[in-house]
Amino acid sequence: MTDLIAIGTRKGLWLARSDDDRRTWSLDGPHLLAQEVAAVSIDARRPEPRVLAGIQYGHWGPTVMWSDDLGASWQESDHGAIRFPEDTGAALARVWQLRPDSAARQDVVWAGCEPHSLWRSEDGGATFELVRGLWDHPHRPTWEPGGGGAAIHTVLPDPATDRVVVAMSAGGVYVSEDGGAQWEPRNRGIAAGFLPEEPEYGQCVHKVAIDAGDRDRMYAQNHGGVFRTDDGGRKWTSIAGGLPADFGFPIVSSPHTPGTAWVIPLVADMQRVPPEGRLRVHRTRDAGETWSASAAGLPDGSWTSVLRDAFCADEADPTGIYLGTRDGCVYASADEGETFTTVAEHLPDVLTVRAARIP
Amino acid sequence: MTVQVLLPGVLADLAGGRRELDVDPGGETLADLFDTLAGQHPLLGRRIRDEAGQLRRFVNVYVDGDDVRYEQGLATVLREGSQVHVLPSIAGG
Repeated sequence: MTDLIAIGTRKGLWLARSDDDRRTWSLDGPHLLAQEVAAVSIDARRPEPRVLAGIQYGHWGPTVMWSDDLGASWQESDHGAIRFPEDTGAALARVWQLRPDSAARQDVVWAGCEPHSLWRSEDGGATFELVRGLWDHPHRPTWEPGGGGAAIHTVLPDPATDRVVVAMSAGGVYVSEDGGAQWEPRNRGIAAGFLPEEPEYGQCVHKVAIDAGDRDRMYAQNHGGVFRTDDGGRKWTSIAGGLPADFGFPIVSSPHTPGTAWVIPLVADMQRVPPEGRLRVHRTRDAGETWSASAAGLPDGSWTSVLRDAFCADEADPTGIYLGTRDGCVYASADEGETFTTVAEHLPDVLTVRAARIP
Repeated sequence: MTVQVLLPGVLADLAGGRRELDVDPGGETLADLFDTLAGQHPLLGRRIRDEAGQLRRFVNVYVDGDDVRYEQGLATVLREGSQVHVLPSIAGG
């Protein structure tokens, strides 16, 4: 049994392994040196785990690559795994999210990309098809780019139904109940402090996570505000009251324990650093009614931030959580965020972190 | 017609390990040349142009010493023996 962390950075990919139930880690890399790895996933459904990476060659454009031997070799599709159909006139700018679907949908992988687009693969990520239902949505021409770009950065397929939830900057949350054919915005209650009044859509939602016990209960870290919905996104209410600040990028929910989620607060939009320079993970056990901070193993004097995809949970028991910072540090917790160990330091800016237990 | 394509070292692996290619462009223009190259070396084609057929932003192409962005772009006409130089621009961090 091995636990694996895939760490995508501004200048390459690193893999960290633990063979002692996440107590100690060894770092392997760089892989894909000098390439920006903004999206990564570990597809542990396959007999040989597949590491999928959405990369950006500095000069030579974006692409999706994969490795079935834990980074020893990499492949890509000749004509590009993600390729806009000719009639769209669009071109792929960046891969923001690679999300394997459930075990029952063995080879299905989703991708969220820039420009705002959702993609679905049925061959494990070698080729993707544009989800036309969202591309053709009448709202799409009015979605604005967030600070990072015009991206669908969150893709959450429900394993039990045909529901798919996406989030984007800056369009907000959209939900399909039929696998991607039809979509509706579900943002009521989510603040948009950069607009004069709350819109139907256009919020800058940074990340969404689904509760372990109820697919209608979701959590959102917004560009100003942390929110929860109990009705599939139709209405959101603030759960930021117990936090030191309501700005941040990622939010992660437990895969096993209802009501449990984690955030990493930053001071504010105009001050994107941890409060007092103390990097802390805040956990709720009651769906956001109360929060408690974890400090053990996390640094003080840390004037950095954690980006929206640089925070994740594994599927082990107890749940492990992992975060990577813009100053190249990676921390792991094997006890649901009580204590952390340092996995890596001095890497390039960490853009994405994903973890899985593999055979 | 045959033209000479000069590639940066980082793209040579995508063209069979060669930095210099003698290519029949299959037409008169730079776009024709890149279509032909993409047919022979799809990954090389994707590094130079996106799927909409546009030159990537940080790729510079010179035909006989002239930057095609200041000529006719991908419609720049080639002639027998033209030298087509593909270079990465100054970018990154």
